[in-house]
Amino acid sequence: MKKFSAAALAATATLCASAPAMAQSIDEQVNALFASSTGWFVSFIFSPFPGTSFPWIVAWLVVAATVFTLYFGFIQFRAFPHSIALVKGDYSDPNDAGEVSHFQALATALSGTVGLGNIAGVAVAVGIGGPGATFWMILAGLMGMASKFTECTLGVKYRNEYEDGTVSGGPMYYMTKGFEERGLPAGKFLAVLFAIFCILGSLGGGNMFQANQAHAQIANVIGDYPGWITGVVFAAIVFAVIVGGLKSIASVTEKVVPFMGVLYVVTALVIIGVNADKIGWAFGQIIDGAFTGLGVAGGLVGALIQGFKRAAFSNEAGVGSAAIAHSAVRTKEPITEGFVSLLEPFIDTVVICTMTALVIIITGQLVADPATGLYLLNEGGSTIQTVDGNSGVALTSAAFSSAFGWFQYVLAVAVVLFAFSTMISWSYYGLKAWTFLFGEGKAKELAFKILFCIFVVIGAAASLGPVIDFSDAAIFAMAVVNIIALYALMPIVKKELNSYLSRLKSGEIKKFA
Amino acid sequence: MSKRIVVGYDGSESGANALEFAAGLAKASGAGLVIAHVLEWSPYTFLTPTEIEERHKRRTEELQRAETAVLAPVVAKLAESGLEVTTELRYGHIAETLIKIAEDEGVEHLVIGRTGHSSLSTRIFGSVAGSLAQAAPVPVTIVP
Repeated sequence: MKKFSAAALAATATLCASAPAMAQSIDEQVNALFASSTGWFVSFIFSPFPGTSFPWIVAWLVVAATVFTLYFGFIQFRAFPHSIALVKGDYSDPNDAGEVSHFQALATALSGTVGLGNIAGVAVAVGIGGPGATFWMILAGLMGMASKFTECTLGVKYRNEYEDGTVSGGPMYYMTKGFEERGLPAGKFLAVLFAIFCILGSLGGGNMFQANQAHAQIANVIGDYPGWITGVVFAAIVFAVIVGGLKSIASVTEKVVPFMGVLYVVTALVIIGVNADKIGWAFGQIIDGAFTGLGVAGGLVGALIQGFKRAAFSNEAGVGSAAIAHSAVRTKEPITEGFVSLLEPFIDTVVICTMTALVIIITGQLVADPATGLYLLNEGGSTIQTVDGNSGVALTSAAFSSAFGWFQYVLAVAVVLFAFSTMISWSYYGLKAWTFLFGEGKAKELAFKILFCIFVVIGAAASLGPVIDFSDAAIFAMAVVNIIALYALMPIVKKELNSYLSRLKSGEIKKFA
Repeated sequence: MSKRIVVGYDGSESGANALEFAAGLAKASGAGLVIAHVLEWSPYTFLTPTEIEERHKRRTEELQRAETAVLAPVVAKLAESGLEVTTELRYGHIAETLIKIAEDEGVEHLVIGRTGHSSLSTRIFGSVAGSLAQAAPVPVTIVP
C-alpha cells in the first residue's frame, strides 16, 4: 500500500492548504462530521493492546502470516524456485500463448503495491525505529509471502467464470462459495462486510490518499498551487483509462512503472556498491538495532512495531486485494497463482524496502552519538535526528540525492506514477466489490467509476485527515475479515498444494521449456 | 512425408504476394502449402487488471477474426486450385514463431513478404524478413 502515516499526511496536507476559502469551510464541515461519526472505528482498528503501544491489527497480520508459514511448511522457501520457474514460463503450455502469462500477472499485481510504502513508509520506519526496524520488516515480508500464497490460491479457486469468458474473483467469492462448500456459517455476511470495506478502502487509501500525495509531490517540485487542478487532471486521466478504456495511457504507465521500479533498485544498488566498505557495518547496525534498539525510542519493541507495520502497509499480504487481482488470470491450476503471488512480498518488501533502508543507513542520514554509538533523538524523543531534519519521503529523497543530485526529480516522477498505477489497481478492486454487492451491469459499473473519479478530485483538493484515517482503517478492516476466511479455508489450500506437488513429482505436470 | 512449404501470411499486400509466389512454387513442385498467421504477442508486456480480466475473451475474438477474416478466404481460394493447404494460427514473436512452425512441421522452404504490416518499431529493431534471413533453419524466400 502506497502510504506511510497519518502524521506524514498531515505534513503534506499543509501543501494543499491553498484551496479556496469556501472549500476550506466545506472541508472543515466534512472533517467534523466524519471524525465524529467514524472516529470510534478508526481508533478501534488502530488501538494498541492494553498497556502496550503494539497495535493489535499489526499482531493480527503477523500472527496470521506465521500460522500460514507453519501450516504450509515454509512454503515460501520450499516453492521459491518453482515460483521463479513458473514466472519464467517454464511450465507454460505454448498452445496457451496469447493468454495472460504468470509474468504479466505478477507485474500487474506488483504495480499495485510497489510505491509510496516502499519509498516513504520505510523512511518512517527507519526514522522512528532505527536500522533495526529493517530486520523486522524483512522478517514480516518473508512471513507475509505465506499469506499471499493462501489468499491468491483461494481467489482463483473460487472465482466466478462467465459465459463471455470474463471472470470475477476475490475474497468475497471464496467467502461465499468456500464457506458453503465446507458447511461453515456466515460466509455471505463476511463477504458483504469485506466488500463494503473494500469499496471504502479503494476510495480512500487507494484513491484519495494517492491523489493527495501525488499533488504534494508535484507542488513540492514546481511550487504550490490549488490541489483541485491536480485532482481534475488526474481524474480526467483516470476517467479516460477506466471508463474510456484508453489503453495507450494505461500501457504507457504500465511500462514506465516497472522501469521506475528497476531504476530505483539499480540506483540503490549503485549507491550501496560505491559504499561497499560500509555494507558490513550497515548490516551490523540492522542486527544490533533489531535486538537492542541502539537507544531508539521504544527500544527493541519500537523497532519491531515499526518494521512489522511498514511491511504490512507496503505489501498488503492478508488484506485480500491481491486475491482480487490474481483471480482474473486464467489458469488451469489455482495454486500456480499462489506460487507466483508469494514472490510479491519478497520483491516489494524483502528487496525494494530493504534497498531504501540500506541507502538511508549507508549514506549516514541518521545522526548517532560518536561516543556511545547510540542514535540521537529529536526534541520530542519520538524520532531519530536526521542530517537535514528530514522524515518520510524527504528522508529517502535526501539519502538518494546525497549520492546523485538528480535523483530527487526521478523520485518525484516515480511517486506520481506509482500513485497513478495504484489508483488504477484499486479502482479495479473497488469495482469488483461494488459489482459483488450490486450486481454486474454497464450502468452500475459506470456509476462506481464516476464516483471513483469524483473522489480523485476530493482527495487532491482537500486535507481530509479523518476521511483518510477512516479509509486506512477500512483497508485494515479488510484484513480482519479476510484472515478469518483464510483460517477457515486453509485446509482447502493444503489439499490443492499436496495434489499439485505430487503431480509435479510424478511428472504429470510437465515442463515445456 | 511429402515436401511442404510454409508461407507467412498476415493479410497485407506483401503477404498476398508471398502467398501467390509460394502457391506457384508448391504447384510446380507438387508440395503441400502451410499458411502461417502469427498474432504478435509477448508474455512480458504489462497489462492493467481490466485487460487481464478480458484477455481470454479478447484472445478468443482475435483467433476467430484471424481465422475468418485472414485465413479462411485464401484457404478457400487455394483449395479450389487443388493444392493441399493447411493453416497454422499461433501467438508469439513473429520471426521466432515462424521458425518454430518450420521446425514443428518439418517444412523445407519458408516464404514471406518483405514488408508486411510494417511499423515504426520494425524500422528500428529490424524486420521479420531480416530476422528470418539470419536465423531460419531452412531456405527462406523473401518476396518483394
